[in-house]
Amino acid sequence: MIQLTDVTKQYPTKSGPRTILKGINLTIRKGEHVGILGRNGAGKSTLVRVIGGAEPPTTGTVEREMSVSWPLAFTGGFHAKLTGIDNLRFICRIYGVDFHDRLDFVKDFSELGAYLYEPLGVYSSGMRARLAFAISMTIDFDCYLIDEVMAVGDDSFREKCKVELFEKRADKAMLIVSHSHRYLKGTCNRFLLFRDGTIQEYDDFDEVYEKYKELLAEPQTF
Amino acid sequence: MASNSLNSSSEGSFRQSLVVQGRVLHALLIREMLTRYGRNNLGFLWLFLEPMLFTLAVTALWTATRTIHGSDLPITAFAITGYASMLMWRNMPGRCINAIKGNTPLMFHRQVRPLDVYTSRILLEFGGSSASFVLLVMAFWAFDAVALPEDALQVVVGWLTLGWFGAGLAIVLGAVSEKSDLVDKLWPPFSYLLFPFSGAAFIVDSLPDKAREILLYLPMLNCVEFIREGYFGTKMHAHYDMPYVIVFNLVLTLLALGMVRMHVVEADYE
Repeated sequence: MIQLTDVTKQYPTKSGPRTILKGINLTIRKGEHVGILGRNGAGKSTLVRVIGGAEPPTTGTVEREMSVSWPLAFTGGFHAKLTGIDNLRFICRIYGVDFHDRLDFVKDFSELGAYLYEPLGVYSSGMRARLAFAISMTIDFDCYLIDEVMAVGDDSFREKCKVELFEKRADKAMLIVSHSHRYLKGTCNRFLLFRDGTIQEYDDFDEVYEKYKELLAEPQTF
Repeated sequence: MASNSLNSSSEGSFRQSLVVQGRVLHALLIREMLTRYGRNNLGFLWLFLEPMLFTLAVTALWTATRTIHGSDLPITAFAITGYASMLMWRNMPGRCINAIKGNTPLMFHRQVRPLDVYTSRILLEFGGSSASFVLLVMAFWAFDAVALPEDALQVVVGWLTLGWFGAGLAIVLGAVSEKSDLVDKLWPPFSYLLFPFSGAAFIVDSLPDKAREILLYLPMLNCVEFIREGYFGTKMHAHYDMPYVIVFNLVLTLLALGMVRMHVVEADYE
């Protein structure tokens, strides 16, 4: 279970502190698939960072009773000067898992071939996403954070990810941020709509999508 | 402690935490080493080449001009001790300033915390400067350009104390730099200003009393004097107050750990 209690997040900006999350209360239980919708800048990714633990909330608490992944296909934690292999080694080291077992999987899944021995700096963004996704799959988590992951990679790779994630790991909890309604509809059983730093929960996709479209129609100021 | 184990139990024992800590530091050290020095050996070589060039240049300059550096100590060893010490207290903060800003994505791996990033960088810097110090002495010694230290133990103790000071300073400046860009801008000029006062180019005995008194408030100068006394032994009359440095370091360490907890870490909300 992951429990957020009265979580707020503020960032300093030139025009004073800006509150991105305004008192979020949220519980995610084992196996739930939670879809998050909202406009750009609404706080979706901030929420992911706070849940993932990359950033502490300004106030409020985050309790984690299950292991939470880093955002899938997220390349930020990788170093551009290191090779794909070295980045995999780093992840294996900090999670204390055997590197050799994982290497075969990453080779096979990413299909990057000789590029695995090149620094990430020379990868295309699609290649980086392939590597990142493959490495993400080498560590077993109870809850996966998925922030717009399917926007990357070509169709065949996307299909592969889908199988790996939604078929093989269907019993895991997932938190999915996406603008693609088709994608959310089929996978999630809870939906959160972001609006002015707060969330509204819906069980039914069509309902949340209706509201989301209304939101999109409103003029937006950041 | 944050729960780090993969099976997500929050009751990780102290021992378990230590294992995770060790794992993370090990991983970060290798990562830092690879990104800094690269796989080819030339990158690593610069660690020694740069101070070696400096030492050679200073030796040449001072031998040629016979500039008064306050004593008739062997100039090469004098330059090595001074420059190596300076590298340590200057580079540790240099590596820790903005270290977290550039590495926030790493914090998605919750077992990696800001203090780990600082520690790994400090350890690497300490290892680098120590290796460069030892290798320089060996290299010059092989060519009969320097003698070996008279009291190696004292040199080591002084070196460790200086490293401790550098580490404390590094974390404090690192933590402040996360909040204010000024640190990043001001530390380089400030460290250049401190450089001449830190004993790299003089010994305290050559100063007038008043200047001695004031400059010995600088912890690194005390350390350099202590190291040099160990190195040159009876050949030099050193001035230092190591208890003062220890107290200074203790305060600095407390401050550093407090700041990391308050400002940057904020990780124990689990």
